[in-house]
Amino acid sequence: MTVIKKLVTLLRGSAREIGESVVDSNATRIYEQEIIDAKHSIDKAKGDLTGVMAKEMQSAREIERLKNEVTRYEGLALEALDKTQEGLALDVAAKVGTLEQELEEQAKAHASYSLQVSRLKDLIKSAEARIREHEREIGIAKTTESVYRATRSISENIGSGGSRLANARESLERIRQRHEDLADRMTASQALENELGHSALEKKLAAAGIGNDADRTGKVMERIRARQAKPAGPASE
Amino acid sequence: MQSLLDQLKGLDALAGAAMGGLPVQLQPIPGSTPVVQVSIEGRDELPIFVTSSDMQIICICYLWTEEEVKPERRTELLESLLDLNPSVPLSSFGRVDGRYVLTGALGRDASVEDIAREVAVLSDNALDALDALSEFLN
Repeated sequence: MTVIKKLVTLLRGSAREIGESVVDSNATRIYEQEIIDAKHSIDKAKGDLTGVMAKEMQSAREIERLKNEVTRYEGLALEALDKTQEGLALDVAAKVGTLEQELEEQAKAHASYSLQVSRLKDLIKSAEARIREHEREIGIAKTTESVYRATRSISENIGSGGSRLANARESLERIRQRHEDLADRMTASQALENELGHSALEKKLAAAGIGNDADRTGKVMERIRARQAKPAGPASE
Repeated sequence: MQSLLDQLKGLDALAGAAMGGLPVQLQPIPGSTPVVQVSIEGRDELPIFVTSSDMQIICICYLWTEEEVKPERRTELLESLLDLNPSVPLSSFGRVDGRYVLTGALGRDASVEDIAREVAVLSDNALDALDALSEFLN
């Protein structure tokens, strides 16, 4: 049974058990052992694969060599016939026969090496798939257990502390209220600053006609009038 | 493997900084599995719990319980959660033992910076989701 199917079944039952038994510890151990075994078999298959592939290459080279030899001896046999050396040609033909026999054997060996190579590659692929699958299953199982166990610890802890996880709407209200309070406090402190702070004092002084801010417009006008009066001034001084 | 508490060293400062300087507190929760409570000031009712398995670091925010859901609008809520799930960045809706949760998972060897970012996003998403879906709750 796949781990998700198992989870679905478990989740229909008692949540209490989930923290302990999504995949029981025995099954987890078996999976973990299988992962170790699969990793070993991959290592071994990879070692074997290098050996077999080397042999496959060697036999391919040998086949090439034998084919060349067959061609060469056939040429020699032809030459012998041309020189009417029938006996010699027969000897060479026998040699070609042996070579062809060797060639057949090498071809068989080569085919068997190729087959082994593809078998080993399949074996590695399936072992890797098995590892991935088991790791996923263990991952899901352990994560589920952690989440359920954590939830239980949290509930028990908060339960024992006298309070409980609060009602969500109330929580939201309280958080909102706090945000509003903060916003209100900021508005209030701004208002207070206007009323009582440094700027308020300046305003009061100005209103009483005291300080730099008092009758600023009036002072500017005075200055401008003085400048207006000056250009006409020099002759009269 | 590093213990969860060691891995979370500095999370309070980093998560606080990620949330614009809100004070953040870490508190281990006793129990059979490592759990650390992350409380964010101003959002005390919505703490984030960080736990770990052999494979993952999991951040959980508990949203509401099954009993809080208005029975007549339950299907509508579930469908909303399914529809929302692919869109919510880094977090997924779920349910653990009758509690609706928002969770985010990271690799077991995640850096404390990544966990801080996850916690900040999860907290924002949780508050946002609670606000948006409170009409389905009693």
